[in-house]
Amino acid sequence: MRGWKPAPHVLLLLPAFVVLAAVVVVPLLLSLYSSFTPFRLTRPDTIYTFIGFRNYQRLFADMEFWAAFGRTVLLLTIALNLEMVLGLFLALLVEKATRGQRLLRTIMMFPMMFSPILVGFQFKFMFNDNIGLVNNALQSLGLTDQAIPWLIDGKLAFTSILIAEVWSSTSVFAIFILAGLMAMPKEPLEAAKVDGCTPLQSFRYVTWPFIMPFAFIAMTIRSLDIARAYDIVKIMTDGGPAKRTEILWTLISRTAYSDARMGLANAMAYVAIFLSILFTVMFFRQLAKARQQIGAEW
Amino acid sequence: MNENQTNRLKQQALKIGHLVGLFIAMAIICLPGLWIVLSSLRPTVEIMAKPPVWIPQSLSFDAYVAMFSGVGQGGIPVLDYFRNSIIISVTSTVIALAIGMAGGYAFARYQFRGKTAIFLGFMLTRTVPGIALSLPLFFVYAKLGIIDTHFGLIIAYVALNVPFTVWLIDGFFRQVPRDLAEAAQIDGCTRWQAFWQVEFPLARSGIASAGIFAFLISWNEFALASQLTRSTNSKTLPVGLLDYTAEFTIDWRGMCALAVVMIIPALTLTFIVQKHLVSGLTSGAVKG
Repeated sequence: MRGWKPAPHVLLLLPAFVVLAAVVVVPLLLSLYSSFTPFRLTRPDTIYTFIGFRNYQRLFADMEFWAAFGRTVLLLTIALNLEMVLGLFLALLVEKATRGQRLLRTIMMFPMMFSPILVGFQFKFMFNDNIGLVNNALQSLGLTDQAIPWLIDGKLAFTSILIAEVWSSTSVFAIFILAGLMAMPKEPLEAAKVDGCTPLQSFRYVTWPFIMPFAFIAMTIRSLDIARAYDIVKIMTDGGPAKRTEILWTLISRTAYSDARMGLANAMAYVAIFLSILFTVMFFRQLAKARQQIGAEW
Repeated sequence: MNENQTNRLKQQALKIGHLVGLFIAMAIICLPGLWIVLSSLRPTVEIMAKPPVWIPQSLSFDAYVAMFSGVGQGGIPVLDYFRNSIIISVTSTVIALAIGMAGGYAFARYQFRGKTAIFLGFMLTRTVPGIALSLPLFFVYAKLGIIDTHFGLIIAYVALNVPFTVWLIDGFFRQVPRDLAEAAQIDGCTRWQAFWQVEFPLARSGIASAGIFAFLISWNEFALASQLTRSTNSKTLPVGLLDYTAEFTIDWRGMCALAVVMIIPALTLTFIVQKHLVSGLTSGAVKG
């Protein structure tokens, strides 16, 4: 390379930089700025009024916002943990299968192909209190004679959303953990058996450390996309009934587009972004740790 | 003898338990999808029936026929949405692949300072929730006059997909031994030729699956599309699905049919790539 030419890796990375800067970074800076203004879509010139941290102050004093925040964290924490555990079970079940593994793996991937919006819709359909599959089945089996208001009662609606979320994303974990199980050498397991480990022990001390990095890759991929819950909630309940299932993202979209209060919504958006980054960094760290443990070089 | 028998019994019980568990898990996974397919083929009366009709009496493709014969079925221009979805997804995928190949190659083949930090930075752009990103984009697009155009959505999706395509393609190029390209260069190829004639063909199937992955992300995206599109000019299928929900009534059958139309391309494409997808993501992340 001659001195006046940029290094090849710079040239190669340039397009990615340009696109990400233009579509993500610069707009985000703009939204950071507008979170310090009382910007309303209906009155465009309000974007030039600077009001400091007033939006944030208002936000942090707003109970509704904190309720949505807490609900989002709760939903994600329960969902991610459940997905991890169920994904592990699913992977173990499929790995133990002696026949038809290819078919099972394919079926296992099934929910991944569903767009979150479709997941929301199909569970809205199934949990419909009047004609939904769930209530119909419960009634036909004689387990209950009234219609359970799955999406109308606040607590039940949260549970229904959780079920939809878990259904749609467990397979991500299952697939990666299964990949780990299949890549695992068999000798250590046999050695553990010879040394008299119970199946539980050999799982805990041999299998689990090996598949852990794979589980964290799945976690990382999921954390990059945790906002997909927005699509599901949006279509299933749209934050209702009476804001009982309002999460950060639905609150943001309502504030921005229905109430047209862009400044305030941008302030909320920043809180949501930091939440996502927090989750991602957490899992990246775990991934790095797990990677070191299995001795892979960075 | 007795011990043998109990052991055998125990093993059989385990086997049966395993089969039952497997069956239940698969049933839970498949049921919602199958129910939608079934519902799309049944007449609305049967879907709404109380008490429920479990055994379908009559199946027909009426919902699909109505959907694709122009503006029938409650006035929903599915064909336009379908066309928009295809144009936007395919174009953004092609662009994201080109950018991802350049970036992935740089990560896989060059050593430079701040590599990890740049990689992490790319990933962090992906963590921004679609709805949070839509606020400033909405504003900027309105200023530029590209709201409700294919172009606007395409560049947004390119940015959405670049981090993942870089990650995946990086992983695939890593699996191609470095020596091969070097050997080609010694034999007189330029670096450019070596790339296209040696490294690219070897990583091709992986790159194709990265492309399908990107396509699916664009095909399924909703949060951005729901705010940046307005009319049949650029509305995509996920946004179109909402057209079926009126204030109090929902055309369940039509919605089911549209859902099936949306899922079929996704289904076919995912089956093709399933193997490469996992290996690409893991080799990028585990081996660093």
